Amino acid sequence: MDILPILSTLRRHKITAFLVIIEIALTCAIVCNAVFIINQRLDRMNMASGVDEHRLLHVALADIGASKDQKARMLEDVAALRQLPGVKEVASLNEVPFGNSSWNSGIKLDPKQRVSTLNATTYYGENVVNALGLQLIAGRDLRPEEYMDFDDVVRGAAAKDAKAIPKFVIITQNLANRLWPGQQALGKQIWLSEYPLTVVGIVKELVRPSIWDDAAKSYSMIFPIRLAQGQYVIRTNTPQDRERVLAAAVAKLKEINPHRVVLKKHILDDMRHEFFQNDRAMAGLLVGVCIALLVVTALGIVGLGSFWVAQRRRQIGVRRALGATRRNILHYFQTENFLLATIGIVVGMVLAYGINLLLMVHYELPRLPMIYFPVGALSLWVIGQLAVLGPAMRAAAVPPVVATRSV
Amino acid sequence: MFAYYLDLAFLSLRRNMMLTALMVLAIAVGIGASMTTLTVTHLLSGDPLPGRSQHIYYPQVDAEPKRSDDKEPYDKLDYQSAVDLWSAHRADRQAIVVDSRLKLSDPASGAPPIMSMMLSTTADFFPMFDVPFQYGGAWSAQDDASRARVAVITADLNQKLFGGANSVGRTLRLRNSDVRIVGVLKPWRPSPQFYMVAGGRFSNGDTADFYGKPEDVITPFFTGLDINDGSFWQFTCWSLPARTGHLQDAPCVWLGLWVQLDSAAKAADYRRFVADYAAQQKTLGRFTHAGNTRMRSLMEWLDFNGVVPSDVRLQTWLSFAFLTICLFNTVGLLLAKFLRRSGEIGVRRALGASRAAVFAQCMVESVVIGLIGGLCGLLLTLLGLWLVRQQPVAYADLARLDVPMFLLTFVLAVGASVLAGVLPAWRACRVAPAWQLKTL
Repeated sequence: MDILPILSTLRRHKITAFLVIIEIALTCAIVCNAVFIINQRLDRMNMASGVDEHRLLHVALADIGASKDQKARMLEDVAALRQLPGVKEVASLNEVPFGNSSWNSGIKLDPKQRVSTLNATTYYGENVVNALGLQLIAGRDLRPEEYMDFDDVVRGAAAKDAKAIPKFVIITQNLANRLWPGQQALGKQIWLSEYPLTVVGIVKELVRPSIWDDAAKSYSMIFPIRLAQGQYVIRTNTPQDRERVLAAAVAKLKEINPHRVVLKKHILDDMRHEFFQNDRAMAGLLVGVCIALLVVTALGIVGLGSFWVAQRRRQIGVRRALGATRRNILHYFQTENFLLATIGIVVGMVLAYGINLLLMVHYELPRLPMIYFPVGALSLWVIGQLAVLGPAMRAAAVPPVVATRSV
Repeated sequence: MFAYYLDLAFLSLRRNMMLTALMVLAIAVGIGASMTTLTVTHLLSGDPLPGRSQHIYYPQVDAEPKRSDDKEPYDKLDYQSAVDLWSAHRADRQAIVVDSRLKLSDPASGAPPIMSMMLSTTADFFPMFDVPFQYGGAWSAQDDASRARVAVITADLNQKLFGGANSVGRTLRLRNSDVRIVGVLKPWRPSPQFYMVAGGRFSNGDTADFYGKPEDVITPFFTGLDINDGSFWQFTCWSLPARTGHLQDAPCVWLGLWVQLDSAAKAADYRRFVADYAAQQKTLGRFTHAGNTRMRSLMEWLDFNGVVPSDVRLQTWLSFAFLTICLFNTVGLLLAKFLRRSGEIGVRRALGASRAAVFAQCMVESVVIGLIGGLCGLLLTLLGLWLVRQQPVAYADLARLDVPMFLLTFVLAVGASVLAGVLPAWRACRVAPAWQLKTL
């Protein structure tokens, strides 16, 4: 196929050609970035939590009563919950993954540091590692004799009594890698204000309850602190059991003390679903926009294609009369569209890159991976070819006799 | 003449329904998308206190001992600083704000308690923020000082507990204390819930929660601290508080202070007062550095917190890019449409129509397309806003079309179609009549 005649024709229809090119370029730029954002959101939604999600339940109660026997009540609750059929582990803790409410603390690697190295979330509660179903990849779990009561720790901290502060901590692998890149973290010390803690265990993953910065999503620590805050996490034997166990657990807790209010009761899968609802909504919206954009662009190509065919009816007739086959005519329009699409895609890629740079500055998105360029180009070529097929077929159907009319 | 052009326009639009539908669709979809996001942005970035916001300020000092003057002070105040600044009464009005969660019930009905949010503030809160009352009114400065057991409730809570009746004088149980209701608010939904905005710069753009509803129950500040002692959350602490939830003597920041200053001179005076206060605290040894004070106006404070969620801003950009593409699409189609009629235009020109007349006729046609597109776009905008209302975000219930946005829809649609029509109409009026006539 000779493209020189096509180019010379296009040169005579600069404006129309320019419009098609710019439409394809803009579509290409926006769709590339939109798909990239969609993928980012999908990745985020599939974020690993490190906990045994399908078998976990969470119950939060308000006001166990500001009485002195909070701890006894908590122990009673935990013992009662553990008795329920289908329950594997129970823990009373201060926060749960995807709970959107978190306790955080700055940590230092040196007590003389003025500013914290980073900020990590702090999980408290007896038996947290087992109850959440965490995977311990190095070291050991916290021992029962290492646990301290939360109220004692708070009093100790107020009195600057180092003896009342826990000595050991379990951290996530990501946190260990961030604090001591390439080194063995076990046995190393971190400092919480002026108190040192020794890392005794490393878990593979444990996501924070609220995530502001995805890079710090698994900066989590587990302290040997026992607390009675009215929040329980229950791990069931099987995922099928969980709804029944949740109902039974709430009933049991109400039975122990009918005066408390159940703030939250849910299965962890639902918490994850809710946690990422904004990302899901945004991804859905972007998918809608991409489809609408591609449809609008395709329809635009159809419209302009039809116009060109109608305008060149006589030329087509002349070519047919001079011996061009239908296939030649079809190919002419297809090649023309391919040329326009190619220019549009090249311009679009540059634009896509520019928009990505802008988004990187304003929305902290990473750089657009190279793979988007060939994939984006290919899909736009395909869409262009599909859109032009109709008008091109109509052009090919123009009979040679048209050439003889009204000359 | 105009009526004739209008006739011609409709005639031409009917002649090629497919092309017309395509253009109308392109404009409608573009308008629908951009108006939906623009409406949301407009609702979220608006002034929550029109006419008053320029007199409202948020003073800040920095009590954290280990920091220095080169960092932003924390978004909230420690108890001592907040109460000192408040009790100085140096502004026209001043109110401390803090919210907390508690169990609330109507002791008369015996219904199970519900978990609610309580706002604890001082008497000036209501006149300063122009909070509308349905029944009763605010408590007095005297009640603040005497820690009176009184409360103001929202219309929502009044509906839920008392069926919307005048509940002034009735008793409400907050945690374990009884308070007397002195006022019931009219429905009040500031957007954002500006008096509680803080910490926006740490939220990574995820600020939808700033658009939540006001707290169910409002109590005097000191009364609230008594009633719900042990349940207050810190914004942050520089060392552990002695008792969780009891922050009066803790090394924590957790209170907001709003002041009303009716003139620029007063604002300058107050700025000086805050700076002097910090300097004085440094002399007393409570502060380690005194230069780190701020006093942003309400709108500056909202801006500093980046209250409009980044997703909303991204959506707005996206929809305008979308509108641009739709516009280019329409330009192409209009060009096709007008130039296809070159013969007809040639005849009109030969019969004496001026270039301006042809241009006007083409523009009338594009504006008609714009209006029809705008109308369809309006329907799509309503659909889009309905979709936003189905979203699980705090501002969902706010997403409604108001009059300025309704008008803007048509301005945008007509503007877009005029913009799209100029080039094709220009090309159409440059058609050479002689050449066209020859080929007819």
